[in-house]
Parts: sequence; C-alpha cells; structure tokens
Amino acid sequence: MTSALTAFAAALATGTIRVIDLTHTLTPEFPTIVMPPELGQCAPFRMEEVSRYDERGPAWYWNNFSMGEHTGTHFDAPIHWVTGKELPDNAVDTIPPAHFLAPACVIDCSAESAADADFVLTVPFVEAWEAKHGRIPPQSWVLLRTDWHKRPPKAYVNLLDDGPHSPGPAPAVVKWLVEQRDVHGFGTETIGTDAGQAAHFNPPYPAHHYMHGRGRYGLQCLTNLDLLPPTGALILAAPLKIRQGSGSPLRVLALVETKP
Amino acid sequence: MTEPLLRPRRKDPLRKTREPLLPQGLRSRTAHGLTAAAAEGRFMLQVCTDCGFTLYPPRDACPSCLSDRVPFHDVAPGGMVLAETTIRTSTDPYFRERMPWRIGTVTLDCGPSFVAHLHGDAAEGSRVTMTLRLDKSGNAVAIAMPDKPTSHQEDDVQLRELTCDPKFRRVLITDGRNATGQAMALAMAAAHASIVFVGIADAWKPFPGETDLRAIPCVEIVPLDITDTRSVADVAGEIAHRVDILVNTSEHHRAGGIMNRHGLTIAHEEMDIRYFGLLRLAQHFGPTMRARGADGVNAAAAFVNLLSVHALMNWPEYGAFSAAEAACLSASQALRAELRGGGVKVLNMFAGPLDTEWFQSVPPPKLSPAALAKATVDALRMGIEDSYVGDIAQDIRARLDVQPKALERELGG
Repeated sequence: MTSALTAFAAALATGTIRVIDLTHTLTPEFPTIVMPPELGQCAPFRMEEVSRYDERGPAWYWNNFSMGEHTGTHFDAPIHWVTGKELPDNAVDTIPPAHFLAPACVIDCSAESAADADFVLTVPFVEAWEAKHGRIPPQSWVLLRTDWHKRPPKAYVNLLDDGPHSPGPAPAVVKWLVEQRDVHGFGTETIGTDAGQAAHFNPPYPAHHYMHGRGRYGLQCLTNLDLLPPTGALILAAPLKIRQGSGSPLRVLALVETKP
Repeated sequence: MTEPLLRPRRKDPLRKTREPLLPQGLRSRTAHGLTAAAAEGRFMLQVCTDCGFTLYPPRDACPSCLSDRVPFHDVAPGGMVLAETTIRTSTDPYFRERMPWRIGTVTLDCGPSFVAHLHGDAAEGSRVTMTLRLDKSGNAVAIAMPDKPTSHQEDDVQLRELTCDPKFRRVLITDGRNATGQAMALAMAAAHASIVFVGIADAWKPFPGETDLRAIPCVEIVPLDITDTRSVADVAGEIAHRVDILVNTSEHHRAGGIMNRHGLTIAHEEMDIRYFGLLRLAQHFGPTMRARGADGVNAAAAFVNLLSVHALMNWPEYGAFSAAEAACLSASQALRAELRGGGVKVLNMFAGPLDTEWFQSVPPPKLSPAALAKATVDALRMGIEDSYVGDIAQDIRARLDVQPKALERELGG
C-alpha cells in the first residue's frame, strides 16, 4: 500500500493533480490600497539592483526589494484588524502551519461583478451556490471569483471621487460564513477582501471585522480564480514568517485534481 | 534688434554630437565674490569700506587707499560702451568653435572699466546695463546688455551661451500630478519650450487638473514614477537624449518634527520621493545631459531642483521635511560639480510654503505654484543657479546672512 504522500507525489508527477498559480507577479506598477493621503500608506513593491555580473558583484545578479506587508497578492493575519488584536496566534509567525493548507470553495460572481462594480455578496447568493455545489465544509477558504484580475490597473482599482468601486461581501454574509459555516478565511481578486465602498458598511470593512475578529484569514489580489473548480481545490498559502507580522506577500498555489 | 532664433531642425543622425568644452574656469577666491553674485542674478562689485572706491577686477586691497576692507555690494550697473572688438580667431578650444565673438570696453557710471562680452544690441557708444552671468564653466563673466530691452534680445547667440532659456528646448517635468508640476508645464509651454514631457506616476489614480494638463498642446505624458528606479531607467532610456531642461517637481510636504512624529513611514516617503528621487533622476538622466551640453540650439542646459528654503535652516514644525530638503540641497551641490563638465547648470529654486492643501494651516504669505513656475522660467532665462522666490524665502535668506543662530531660534518658536 502506498502512503498518501507517495500517491500525492505520483499524482503531481502524472498531472492528475495540477498546480495553478493564484499569484500576481510583484511589480512596481501593481496598485496598492489607497488610503487618504494624510494617513500612513502601504509601500508599493520596489527593487534595487545590488549587482548584475558587474563591478558591484562580478559573477552574480541579485536585488534588494522593499514593500508593505499588504502589497501584491497577500495574506491577512487576524492581528491586521483591531478586532483580532488580542487573539492568540494571530500574527503570521505564530499561526499554526497546518492552517496554510486548506480546501477552497469558489463562488463565481463574475457576471454580477461585470454588471455592477459595487456588487455585494449576500447570504441568499451563497445559499443559492450551496444549493448547486453543496454546503461549504468547515475550515474551507471561501474565494470570491469576480474576474477582477483581468482588468487593467485603472479599472481594477476603479477609483472615483467617492472612493474605489469593486465587489465584496456584505456584513451579514461574512458574519454568517464565520458563525454558520466556520470558514477558514475569505479570499478575493480585488485589492482587499472587502468591497471598494466597504468603509461605508456597518461595521466598516466587514470581511476584516468579522474574519479577523474570529481568528480567520484573508487573501487578496488573487488571480486565476476562473481556473478553479467550485469545490475541490486545495490552497497552499503560507505567508512569510515575519515576527508579529500583520500579513505578507506570498505565493498562493491551488492544487486541482484533473477529472478522470 | 536680435535675429530671432529659428526652431532647430531635427538632428542629422550622421553627424557627431559636439562635445562640451568649457571656457577657462580658474578664479581667485576673491573673484568668486562675482560668482556668488552671478549665481543669484545680482550685480555686485567690491566697494572699499574706507574710501568708497568701487573695484574691478576683484582685488584683496583697495587700489585707492590700500584698505583690505573691500566687501562685495550691489552697485548700479549702468555704463557706456567705449570700444568694441569682434574676435574672429582664437587658440582657446571653447571660443575657437564659437567665433566670431564680440567683446568691448565698458565704463560703468560707478567707476570701473570692464572688458566684457557684448550683447549683439550693445553697440559702441551706447548706454548698457552690465550683468554678471555664469558661463559654461560655472564662473562669473560680465556681459553688457542693451540699456533698454530690444526685440528678441534673449535670442542673442552670445547671451544664450550663458542662459538656459526654455525657448525651443525640451523640458521634462517629473511630476504632473501636483499643482506645481501643472503650473510648470503651463509656464514652460508659454516660454516656447518645444516639448514638455510630464511624468505621471500611478496613472490608475485620477488627479485634479488632469484634463487641463493633457490639453496643453506641447505636453507629452510619460509614465514616470521617481520612487521606482526601473521606471526612471525606462523613461530615461526612451527620452533622456531629448531632455534639455529637467525640472524635478516631485514633492512630499508633510508637517511633523523629528521626535514629535510617530515612526519613520513618512520620513521614508520623504527621503524616497525627494532625496532618492533626485539621485535616480541624476543617475539616469544626468550622464546623457552632461554629454549633450553643447548640442546646438537645444543643447542640454539645466537640471532644476525645487527646494524648500528650509533646506538652509530647519523649520521644526516641518522638521523631518526640512531635513530631507537639506539632503537634496547637499546632493544638488555634488550634482552641480558633476554636471559642470558638460556646461549643464543645476538651478536650485528655494521657496517658502506653497499655497497648496499641504500648507493649508500655515498663515500667509504663501507662494502660488504659478508664481514658482514663473520664477523658474525667469531664472532659466537669466542663467542663474540659486533663486529665492517669494517673501518667506527671501526673508530666510536675508536672516541667514545676518545671524544664523538667531534664525535657528526664531524658527524653533
């Protein structure tokens, strides 16, 4: 009898299990979340060449880079939000490593988001999804597929004079996902886990408020969610081990079983 | 009248670009009193404290009474051209390729006689206004200007060697998202710049004034983010050889002191936008500009820094900001030395608080972006390298001259 891991490795080797990259390339141009200019800002990705086979280092090429914890495709830890600040193991360095692997339910809102940039995910919408795909299992990521990752930067951030406009969850559905479905976390393709206009929700930024307040996680700036099945994908999302880090850029991979 | 300058034709790509040469640049320490005056566009000569004799050329003692108390003072620049000469050949490599060249003997009303460069409209026997200018070597020379402005006088070929007039030059404004950058684009267009490249970072982020900026006919938007080394390198790769005047309009005005500020995030942004931004621009645009310092009518001419006058003395209310500005001032002095080999000037425009939202709670007087832009064009036309714009900047400059320690205490409140 082969072990589960041996079988897993064989499935990877034969392509029965495929690896899908859900990560945007880190570039200086990729938008970061916009805060009012008098507040602290999340640093965008920047890179300085240390040497490139030249007088600064003849045989080697390497760079120094800098960015915020919430730049590019990134992970939000519970300590990121005030509601999660007192929880145990709430920072990226203390989260149990087993939490970095979890299955995902992918809720397709791409048509609704294309029709309305301010589309808000509701409990009835998720219940309708469950009617087709089954009940969301406990400890699952819920990933909101909006096809937002396909938009060019201006339409991606979609900033108007009343702030950004992008889809996200309503307060009630986040509370429900945590309390009634015991989800692992919430992931989006947009710049944050919350809707662009979520500052005006009650509570403001409900995905942050409820998820992190109950020790759950966030993933944002994901890409390629359109390549995932509604259920059955396994997500590998392990943030950098930053002491007391509130989050981190990371490589997010989805393992997907090819249908026989 | 001066023959108006013609818009330069596109460069013949088969011709070698003329390398920059510099006129003779040695001056005595005392003679740098003239350099200091020329740097600010002033006309200053030594005046003996004891007998009132006005000296030229600079000396360490008064030729009239031998007193060594001979400080520089602003003096009346009026005079008369006694004689003129047109030089048609020279052994000096710089002048050799700029012949013919007119010089003349000019007697000033305040006493001394000069052998000076002559503007084309300064004829023998005519009244002139003597000016001190910085030549390509960065040192003061005297050029006699017509007493009253003549038509197209700024186009005089000898004068244009000494100035950085934007006319028919191509200007890069590094940040068009702010009011200063937009006012600068308008001012450069009005000064007949042939192209005004305007850098816009984060094009996905809307900004006020965008429509008006894009409507200026000679404006070409470039995706420049001076906090991103790659972006600066990419834009320089495309247009550095077409940038004759670079105006760094990037700004990051934030209140807050050194101790009385929470953390370093804003200080990092200040240094990244202002100090490291200047370094990135210098490294990626500077070498090409230096190589193009003698490239015809639209030779590279100036690298312009807009600095806070508090680079000269810290204003604790904006303490960390002042410190970043001081770093930029220091870097600009090094850059000035590095660009001098190409005859390219570094112009520092010192200003007090601007009349923008970031100085909203600061009481007047404040400087409008349009006034700063106009002053920049004026400074380029004069060819100076230090300009103090507006009441606050001039006041700080004057108080610094008299009593720096008192100024430090006064700014500390």
